[in-house]
Amino acid sequence: MAKKSKHTSWDLSPAPESTGHVDIKKKYDLFIDGKFVKPKSGKYFNTINPASEQVLSSVAHANEADVDRAVKAARKASGPWQKLSRKERAKYIYRIARLIQERAKEFAVIESLDGGKPIRESRDVDVPLAANHFFYTAGWADKLEYAFPNRKFAPYGVAGQIIPWNFPLLMAAWKIAPALATGNTVVLKPAETTPLTALKLAELIQDADLPPGVVNIITGEGDTGAAIVNHKDIDKIAFTGSTGVGKIIRKAIAGTKKKATLELGGKAANIICEDATIDQAVEGIVNGIYFNQGHVCCAGSRLFVQESVYDEVLEKLKFRIESLVVGDPLDKNTDIGAINSKEQLHTIEKYIKAGKAEGAIMYQNNCDLPSKGFWCRPTLFTNVSQSSKIVQEEIFGPVLAIQTFRTIAEVISKANNTPYGLSAGVWTDKGSKIFNLSSQMNAGVVWANTYNKFDPASPFGGYKESGIGREGGLHGLQAYLKF
Amino acid sequence: MKNLLNKPLKKHPDFRHTTTIDQVGVLERTSRITKRSIKNEAKMQGLKMALNMIDLTTLEGADTDQKVRQMCNKAKNLHVSSIKLPTTAAVCVYPSLVKTAKKEVEGSGVKVAAVATAFPSGQAPLDVKLADTKFAVSEGADEIDMVISRGRFHQGEYNYVYDEICAIKEACGKARLKVILETGELGSLDKVRKASDIAMYAGADFIKTSTGKISPAATMPVTYVMLQAIRDFYTQHNIMVGMKPAGGISTAKVALHYLIMVKEVLGEQWLNNNWFRFGASRLANDVLMQIEKQLSGAYQSADYFSKD
Repeated sequence: MAKKSKHTSWDLSPAPESTGHVDIKKKYDLFIDGKFVKPKSGKYFNTINPASEQVLSSVAHANEADVDRAVKAARKASGPWQKLSRKERAKYIYRIARLIQERAKEFAVIESLDGGKPIRESRDVDVPLAANHFFYTAGWADKLEYAFPNRKFAPYGVAGQIIPWNFPLLMAAWKIAPALATGNTVVLKPAETTPLTALKLAELIQDADLPPGVVNIITGEGDTGAAIVNHKDIDKIAFTGSTGVGKIIRKAIAGTKKKATLELGGKAANIICEDATIDQAVEGIVNGIYFNQGHVCCAGSRLFVQESVYDEVLEKLKFRIESLVVGDPLDKNTDIGAINSKEQLHTIEKYIKAGKAEGAIMYQNNCDLPSKGFWCRPTLFTNVSQSSKIVQEEIFGPVLAIQTFRTIAEVISKANNTPYGLSAGVWTDKGSKIFNLSSQMNAGVVWANTYNKFDPASPFGGYKESGIGREGGLHGLQAYLKF
Repeated sequence: MKNLLNKPLKKHPDFRHTTTIDQVGVLERTSRITKRSIKNEAKMQGLKMALNMIDLTTLEGADTDQKVRQMCNKAKNLHVSSIKLPTTAAVCVYPSLVKTAKKEVEGSGVKVAAVATAFPSGQAPLDVKLADTKFAVSEGADEIDMVISRGRFHQGEYNYVYDEICAIKEACGKARLKVILETGELGSLDKVRKASDIAMYAGADFIKTSTGKISPAATMPVTYVMLQAIRDFYTQHNIMVGMKPAGGISTAKVALHYLIMVKEVLGEQWLNNNWFRFGASRLANDVLMQIEKQLSGAYQSADYFSKD
């Protein structure tokens, strides 16, 4: 028998990223026609740091008149931008990509300050990927005739783009880069809880000397988004956000000339077969659901484990969760940062309560939480079924629901038994099983033996209520062209 | 001491079918471990812990009594510092130098480990390996670092490898046995896992990556896979097995990442030199340099640190 040796604990000391190099203005106006202009609404709202609840800045709240002004600027810029040679357009996009790389550290810190995500993620995922999207589309910008050979195409004109709070800069890149590469001009609205990196991007676009009006960035709340969607002179709507709002947008643009790509919610199945490499699968589960506090539309929130390895997976998962560090998003050791807003925290807590009320068994890690700010421990539920609320609905938080399965046919039917169809994960050591399972998943993205991997060259998007259209890759460019 | 000795498990699985490993996933996990940032008190505590886990090693054909004596002195008195520094865990030498080392470290708590079993190739008959082991133990070795028969392992003769380790374990008596897998010759992480399982079922007290004579020696992915094997073995049998990465770990920064890996994969009860060692000859001085930097705020010249 092993001796129970006495041991002292070895805890990590704080290792916060510095914020001294970061420049956040007290107040931000609307970025229209290449300049920051005061909103006609005269209104401003605060954006806070969800980890400390302190106000970071005050940003303009655009009303219908402001949206109209932005759309007019985009329309005015549209003609010259379309006439510009594609090579010249590519140059601008490359310039934006390089400037993002140069200012990567500042963008990463602001992303973590404003959104609550761990600096490790904003530094290693959000910002580099955002730059990569600009690089990737810049590469296609002057080669579009090779991207779509033997076809005649033209840009739509003015694109209205509305993005969510979970990956603020990255989503701005996903939207702006393909629009510019295909010759469209843009009116973009960042989410109300995370406007700062989009506004920093506006400053960067100014520095890149992009012709005025080609990109307009206006901040606001739901009414601002509605004004963009309903504006008569917008040709194309690109939206990433909840399925609820997606449905409203589709209704609003029904019967108009407007085209739309909608990137909506998800409730992905992450499937662990008995022949999977269990330790790596456990990492994949953690990465699938606890990445970015679970604020990920493609999060692997429904876990399916084959019965014969269920006990082992659960034991290892619980042990692994214990080593996750929850706390200050700016600390380089933080794995799970702050929940994006008080509202979202309430939503998550409501679901946790509902899970318990339905008889599900909850497990959370035992870490201490900071006294201020919005926090949720990494959480998992067992004893759930397909009919449970926490299995059916998108929670958008670090909450995992675990079910077991016996046969492959059973797990395919359960995995597809959801109104969503954005993503899925498959874990097995057997190649044939990967092909069988992934070809039968009703999901836009299926990851095999990995999870949450993104690349600008790879199209992303959903089936069913997870959305319409694809972003990224050639599909993403196609969505901004009429043929 | 007695309860730190493991015994072979006679009931063992069919070693042809052991846990498989996904290399891409392992690399991702270890790269994430290297992103941990170890600062201030945590760093100081980690550095001292690392010093106390070192098996200070010399394994040269040209080793002399005098060289081993000097190394033993270094193991006992690492550096003249303003704070009390720990000793290393052990010194590691060839069997012929065990007696010299043993005399030199007496009373200091520093253990003497001997490499045996026709180190480093292991290309000798079992009776020669047993004689080599028994000689080292009779000379006073506290610990034996054996090598597995990699040739037999690659031939698929897993039970031969298991039986051989069991026999050496028996010959070790009260000395703790470290089983060197020589992962640089195994070729895949799947095989690292398989060799780890064989060694642990055969009664290894430690599993160890490398002899230091083959490149690559210890790497984080290989060590991670072995730590996972130890954890699975502990979960199934409630038996703790130690881990010793050896060779190639020469900086304090890397050593701290290894310790973080131990903490996250196995837990804190493994964070002492009963259960974790670094096999290294150059690591100590870099750790010492970092400790002095923590104390004084400035790096000192390498000439202030003894090279024994």
